[in-house]
Amino acid sequence: MYSEKVIDHFTNPRNVGEIEDASGVGTVGNAKCGDIMRMFLDIDDETHIIKDCKFKTFGCGAAVATSSMATELVKGKTIEEALQVTNKAVMEALDGLPPVKIHCSLLAEEAIHAALWDYAEKHDIKIEGLKKPKNDISEGEEEEDY
Amino acid sequence: MDKLIYLDNAATTKTAPEVVQAMLPYFTEYYGNASTIYDFAGKSKEAIMQARTQIADVIGAKKEEIYFTAGGSESDNWALKAAFEAYKSKGNHIITSKIEHHAILHTCEYLEKERGARVTYLDVDENGFISLEDLEKAITPETILISIMFANNEIGTIEPVREIGRIAKEHGVLFHTDAVQAFGQVPINVDEMNIDMLSSSGHKINGPKGIGFLYIRKGVKIRSFVHGGAQERKRRAGTENIPGIVGYGVAAQRAQETMEKRSAEEIRLRDHLIGRILKEIPYSRLNGDAVKRLPNNVNVSLQFIEGESMLLMLDRYGICASSGSACTSGSLDPSHVLMAIGLPHEIAHGSLRMTLSEETTLEEIDFVVDRLKEIVDRLRSMSPLYEDFMKKQK
Repeated sequence: MYSEKVIDHFTNPRNVGEIEDASGVGTVGNAKCGDIMRMFLDIDDETHIIKDCKFKTFGCGAAVATSSMATELVKGKTIEEALQVTNKAVMEALDGLPPVKIHCSLLAEEAIHAALWDYAEKHDIKIEGLKKPKNDISEGEEEEDY
Repeated sequence: MDKLIYLDNAATTKTAPEVVQAMLPYFTEYYGNASTIYDFAGKSKEAIMQARTQIADVIGAKKEEIYFTAGGSESDNWALKAAFEAYKSKGNHIITSKIEHHAILHTCEYLEKERGARVTYLDVDENGFISLEDLEKAITPETILISIMFANNEIGTIEPVREIGRIAKEHGVLFHTDAVQAFGQVPINVDEMNIDMLSSSGHKINGPKGIGFLYIRKGVKIRSFVHGGAQERKRRAGTENIPGIVGYGVAAQRAQETMEKRSAEEIRLRDHLIGRILKEIPYSRLNGDAVKRLPNNVNVSLQFIEGESMLLMLDRYGICASSGSACTSGSLDPSHVLMAIGLPHEIAHGSLRMTLSEETTLEEIDFVVDRLKEIVDRLRSMSPLYEDFMKKQK
């Protein structure tokens, strides 16, 4: 059911772990739906470049793989560029996800936004185009019938 | 170890070689339609009769009370829908439990929505047992059917079927049991247990897929499920799946003959597996009853990790298992059985079911536990839930 890239990022996830004294930390998802992602960002205050990004995830194979890919995609980018990393970009980079797992990629996007939001709040700055993240993306999401 | 370790025998089993051998002649040699009159088809008729007897013997039934179907789900659908139709003039109330297979639960929902049934879904306790007191209290003059599974497919709990049968009989209510996981695994006697209808499926006992039966006690009024020819005493039309029926008969007889020795060995390995997990993996728990459980069923929850990632990791070692996590249920909710026994979501998501077979070895079990320990460590090291929990501990 999973692409080779998903399996690769699940079995050898990139950037697993924590960043001590991270510039921004965001946690999204809940145990009810079975996925929780936590992203840690190390951001250069002057250049706004994301120097490092790490994650911890409780969830299925797709949740781990999308977290891993999301960290790869934002690392080395500026905050503005990182905001362009959408769930679609994460999915495409993984050669697609099964339809039931699309919410994992939404969660990964949201986790990055949550960590950026935390950074903005800590530094009392406003990041153009960044909305306050919902910590539970499953809310309001219609459960599909199978 | 570089081979398949198949621990998903509650999902399906390997067809036994002697079952396949018994089936083969009925494809190319004795392929006659059992509804015809020429001599050639005699072999086909005999074969069906023999399988019916082999199966009836396992549950102490008469051979005329065994009706072949395409499997467990069809049997469950038939039992509920057709009994409801036949007895609705008497009442519209059905009693079942919250931990039934979806073949029962979704059929009940259909009967409620479309046919005017009223259904009571009994709660279960933390080990998955229904309460006999609740059952008795739920019976009303309108109650026409009780359908409680013999043993649960996820957590392996064996329900107090004998007592349920006694209560049903005392109140003059029909008793159906979904015995898909129990038939051929634990002793069943339909007379001693007052069972009026029983569902079973061939592929759970080393028989072929696509064949099942519904036991219907003589005297139970039940409508036909498939209309057409006169097969199965006019109750289930359609040319018989003779190779399937033959294989099922052999598998049933084989399961009965090997039951005592097989289950003793499975229980030994099962308890070894459970024992090692609970002892060697912290924050683990057994789901279901420790004693009144199917000989081959192990269901544990490993806290702070999610089931599907565990399955994917096990799969890399050739280990086949299953989980009740949302990601494996096709919805956002974890298994209804694990929710019904009161597990919080995050613990239900971390469930792992391993179901053994007669071929499972101690060496395999030990290999699985050793790998599982590594997998759990690895997944916990990347789990934010575990991180939070450990920080709180300090």
